[in-house]
Amino acid sequence: MAKKIDITKHLLVPKHVLVSDSEKKKVTDTLKLSGKELPRMLKTDPSLADLKVKDGDVIKIIRDSKTAGKTVFYRRIISS
Amino acid sequence: MAKKKKTEENQTKELEKKEETIKEVPEEESKEVHDAEQPLEEIETSKEEPSEAEEKKEEMTRERVEAMQHFVFKQVSSIVFGMLSPKMIKKMASAKIVTPELYDKEGYPVDGGLMDVRLGVIDPGLRCKTCGSKLKECIGHFGYIELARSVVHIKFINVIHDLLRSTCRECSRILIPEDKIKTICRQLDVVEQEEGIEARRSMVKKVISDLKTINKCPHCKAKQQKISLEKPSTFMENEKRLSPIDVRARLEKIPDNDCLVFGINPKASRPEWMVLTILPIPPVTVRPSITLESGERSEDDLTHKLGDIVRINQRLFENINAGAPEIIIEDLWDLLQYHVTTFFDNNIAQLPPARHRSGQPLKTITDRIKSKEGRIRHNLAGKRTNFCARTVISPDPMLKINEVGVPLTVAMKLTVPETVNEWNAAYLKKFVEKGPAVYPGSNYIIRPDGKKKKITDETKEAALEELQPGYKIERHLMDGDIAIFNRQPSLHRMSMMCHRVKVLPYRTLRLNPVVCAPYNADFDGDEMNLHIPQTEEARAEAEILMEVQTQIVSPRYGLSVIGCLHDGISGNYILTKFLEMTREKAIDFLCSAGVIDFSRLPNKKVLNGREIFSSVLPEDFNFKGKSKSGEPVVIENGRLIEGVMDKVSLGGEGAGLLLRSLHKKYGASKTVEILHKILCLGIEALLRNGLSALISDTDLPAEANDKIQDILNSAEEEVSNVIKKFNAGELQSYPGKTLKETLELKILEILNRSRTKCGVVVKDFANKNAHSIIMAESGAVGSYLNVSQISACAGQQVLRGKRIEKGYKGRTLSCFKPGDLSPAAHGFVRNGFKHGLKPGEFFFHAILGRDSLMDTALRTPKSGYLYRRLANAMQDLRTEYDESVRDANGRIIQFKYGEDGIDVARSESGKIDVQKIIDES
Repeated sequence: MAKKIDITKHLLVPKHVLVSDSEKKKVTDTLKLSGKELPRMLKTDPSLADLKVKDGDVIKIIRDSKTAGKTVFYRRIISS
Repeated sequence: MAKKKKTEENQTKELEKKEETIKEVPEEESKEVHDAEQPLEEIETSKEEPSEAEEKKEEMTRERVEAMQHFVFKQVSSIVFGMLSPKMIKKMASAKIVTPELYDKEGYPVDGGLMDVRLGVIDPGLRCKTCGSKLKECIGHFGYIELARSVVHIKFINVIHDLLRSTCRECSRILIPEDKIKTICRQLDVVEQEEGIEARRSMVKKVISDLKTINKCPHCKAKQQKISLEKPSTFMENEKRLSPIDVRARLEKIPDNDCLVFGINPKASRPEWMVLTILPIPPVTVRPSITLESGERSEDDLTHKLGDIVRINQRLFENINAGAPEIIIEDLWDLLQYHVTTFFDNNIAQLPPARHRSGQPLKTITDRIKSKEGRIRHNLAGKRTNFCARTVISPDPMLKINEVGVPLTVAMKLTVPETVNEWNAAYLKKFVEKGPAVYPGSNYIIRPDGKKKKITDETKEAALEELQPGYKIERHLMDGDIAIFNRQPSLHRMSMMCHRVKVLPYRTLRLNPVVCAPYNADFDGDEMNLHIPQTEEARAEAEILMEVQTQIVSPRYGLSVIGCLHDGISGNYILTKFLEMTREKAIDFLCSAGVIDFSRLPNKKVLNGREIFSSVLPEDFNFKGKSKSGEPVVIENGRLIEGVMDKVSLGGEGAGLLLRSLHKKYGASKTVEILHKILCLGIEALLRNGLSALISDTDLPAEANDKIQDILNSAEEEVSNVIKKFNAGELQSYPGKTLKETLELKILEILNRSRTKCGVVVKDFANKNAHSIIMAESGAVGSYLNVSQISACAGQQVLRGKRIEKGYKGRTLSCFKPGDLSPAAHGFVRNGFKHGLKPGEFFFHAILGRDSLMDTALRTPKSGYLYRRLANAMQDLRTEYDESVRDANGRIIQFKYGEDGIDVARSESGKIDVQKIIDES
C-alpha cells in the first residue's frame, strides 16, 4: 500500500486559508471587485482538502516570492 | 457626408462579395460567409441628425460644435455574415452580361459585355451610367450572368459534401431522429455559452462525423447510399454521378430547422446557394484594364477569366437550345465548372491552373486575398509611412548622445510642416525663396484648404506671392528638429527613441556609439529607420516620452542601459589611473574634450588624472562604490578622491553605478550631459596616449610558465588517478549519476579548475601597464580568461556540457586508443593560442567553434518567436492605480505589480535601499 501523502504539507504547496466574510468584503472593496475579476480555483482542488469551501468563497494563498519574500494571492472558488 | 457613407457601404459590399467566394466553414452557427444583402439590412441606422441647412441656421453653441464633431450618420449595431442568394445577386446587379466581347470596333465598351459602362468607370472624364459620378467617386457596380447549367462553388465543396452525407437522399432531413435534434441543438447552445464559438464548431463537426455511418433515414426509413467527393468538384453516389442540379435539388429540400444543427443560419444563407445558378460579375473598378504605352489595352486577369466563363456559358446555352447530344453538353458543363472554379481559386490541387498565353498562372480572387502578398496581410495589416528614412548607420562619438546625424540628401527630402503666421512669415519666406534644391529650403506649400503645391523654380515666385498666414510650408529638415530613430527588431521601448537632428555630409545615418546598447546596434552593415513627426502634438509627445534622456534607466533591471563603452571606459581608466600633467596641458586636454569650466581644477602645478576627471562632476556629488577589481571608489563633494573609473562605474547595460547615482540625484538631462563629457574625456585620453593590443602583452615570464606547466601536469596526474580509481572500481558515484557520469564530472571539474588556476597565475604575472591588460582590467573589452587562453592554456573544450565524445567508436580521433579517457583524447587543449595548438587540439577547438556558430544561428529565430508570443500574450496587461495588474477584461493577474509593487524603472536594480535613503537624508 502506498503511503497517503498530505500534499498540503508539501514544501511546494503554498499555504491556503479560507477568507472570512469581513476580510472578503475588505478585499472586494479595496480592489473594487464586481466578482469575476478574481482568479478562479476549483472547489475540488487538492490543496483545499482540509478546508470546507463552497462556491463564491475566497481563498487566500500565501506564497513565497522572489521579489517580496511573501506575497498574498486571492482566488474565488467555483464548482466547475 | 451621406455620399461618403454610401461609398463606404458599397465598398464593404464589394469586399464581402469577394469574401463570399472564399472562407466559409459551414458547420458554424455564426457563419463566416460574407453577405452583401444581410449586413445592409441588419445595420441599424439612426438618422436623427437635422439636415445641414437647418444646422447652419442654428446658433453654434458649444454642444452643437461638439455634436458636429461626433457626427454619426449611421451606426453599425450588428453584422451578420451569410451567402449571396441568387435573388440578391440579381437585385444588386446593374447589368446582365451576355457577351464575351469587351469593346466594339471604335474601342467603346460593348453593352452587355464585361467592360459594360454600367459596371463603373475606369477612364478619366467619363461618368458612370449607373450612378452618374466620376472616376474615383463611383466605386463600381456589380453585374451578373445567368449560368446555363448550375455549377458548384468550389469553396463550399466540403460543406456540400458534409450536408449531402448527413441528410436523407429521399426526404433531405438530417439523419437524426426528431426528438434528438432538439437535444443536440440545446447542447450546442450550452457549449457555446460556456466555452465559446470554437467549442461549438468542433462539436458540430463531431455530430456530422457521427452521422456518416447511419444508413437508414430515421424519418422516412429510406436506405442511404454512400456519397463520395471526387476531387475537385464531382459528387458520386455509389459510382453514379450526381450532377450539380441533383445536388442543388437535395440541398433545397433541407428544412430550415435542420440547417441550424449544421451551424448554418438559414435566414442568411440557404444551403442551395452554395450551388451557383447565377454568377455575380465584379465591377470593372475591381479589375481595371491598363493602357500600355503602345495604346493597346491590357485586361486584368479577372476579366480574362470572366471572358472564358461567359464564352463557355454562351456555347452551352446554344448547344442546349439546339438539342445537342448529352455528351457534348456534359463536356461543356464540365468546362464551365472548371472556369468558374478557377475564377474563384486558381490553386486547386487537382486542377491545372488557368494560364496566360505566356504560361504564367492567372491571379484570381483567392490569390488576391490570401497569403502574405494578399489584400489582408499586405494591404490591410501592412502599414507604411511617409516622412521616414532608412540607411546604413555609422558611429560618430562627436555627436551628442541624443543627436542623430542625418545625411544632407536625406534632410532635403524629409520635411517639417510649419504654419505661417504674422510673426514667422519673413522667416518662412526665406525657405520658399531657396526652393527645393538649395539646402535649408522647402519642397511644398500647403494652402489652408489642404491643396498641396510643389515648389519648383518656376512656381517659386507665385508661391511667394501667395504666401500668407494660414498657409503651411514644408521646409527641409534642420538641426534641432525632432526625429524618431528605430532599429528592428523593436523588442523594448528603447528600440525607438527620439533624437535631435544634426544634418551632416555623406550618406549614412550617424549615432553616438553610446546608444548602441539600447538599440542593440553595431556597424557591420546595420540599417536603421528615422521618422519625422509632422504635428506639434506628435513632436511634444516624442520629446517628453521618448527622448534618449528619458530612456537611460531600463525598466527591465532598473540600471542604466546607456553608458560608456570601449574607448570611453578604457580612456577614463587610463586617465584616472596613470595620467599626470601640468596645469597648462590639463587645460588643453579639457578644452579638447569640450569642457570649458576649469574653476574646479585645483590650483597646482601638476595635476593628476583624477583631478582632471573630477572637473566634469557636479560640485555636490558624493559617491561610494567599488571598482571592477574590488578597490574602493570614493567621490566626495564632486572630487574623485580614491579609485579608478572602469566599467562598473561608467559602463552601460546594467553596470554604470556612478551614472545611476548621478541620474538619481541630478536627473536625466544632466546625466546625459555629464556622460557625454566623460565619454569625450576618455576619447581624448586615448587620443593623447594611444591604445593598441600587442602580442607581447600576453608574454609571461619563465617563472609563470613553469607554474602553469606545474598546474597542468598535476591536473593531468589527478585525472589519471581518478581514471585508475574508476578502472579499479573504487570510485564513489554521485547521487543520481552512474559511475561513468561521475568520472566525467570529476575529470571536467579538475580540468576546469586547472584552467582557472592558470588564469590566476596569468593575472598575477600580467604587466598591468600592457594595453591588452588595461582593456581587460577596465572592463572595456576582453577579460583575463581571454588573456590566459592566449598565453597559457585554452582549456577543456566542452560540447553540450560534456567533454567531446563524438567521433569513432570508443574514441574521438583515430590517433587515440579506443577507450582512452585521458584529457587529451577528449578535447583538453593544453596549449595556449599564442604557442599554437596541436592538430588534435585544433580539431576539437574547431568542433566547438562550429557548434557555437550553429547554436546561435538556430537559437536566434527560436527565441525571437518565443519572445513574440510572450509579448503578444501580455500586451494588454497593465498596472492599475490600486497597484494590481489586470488584463483588458479587468481580471486580476497579480495583486501587486511584481508582487512587491516596485516600479523597477524607478528603483536601483529592482530594490529600494532603505538604509541609503536614511543615510542621505
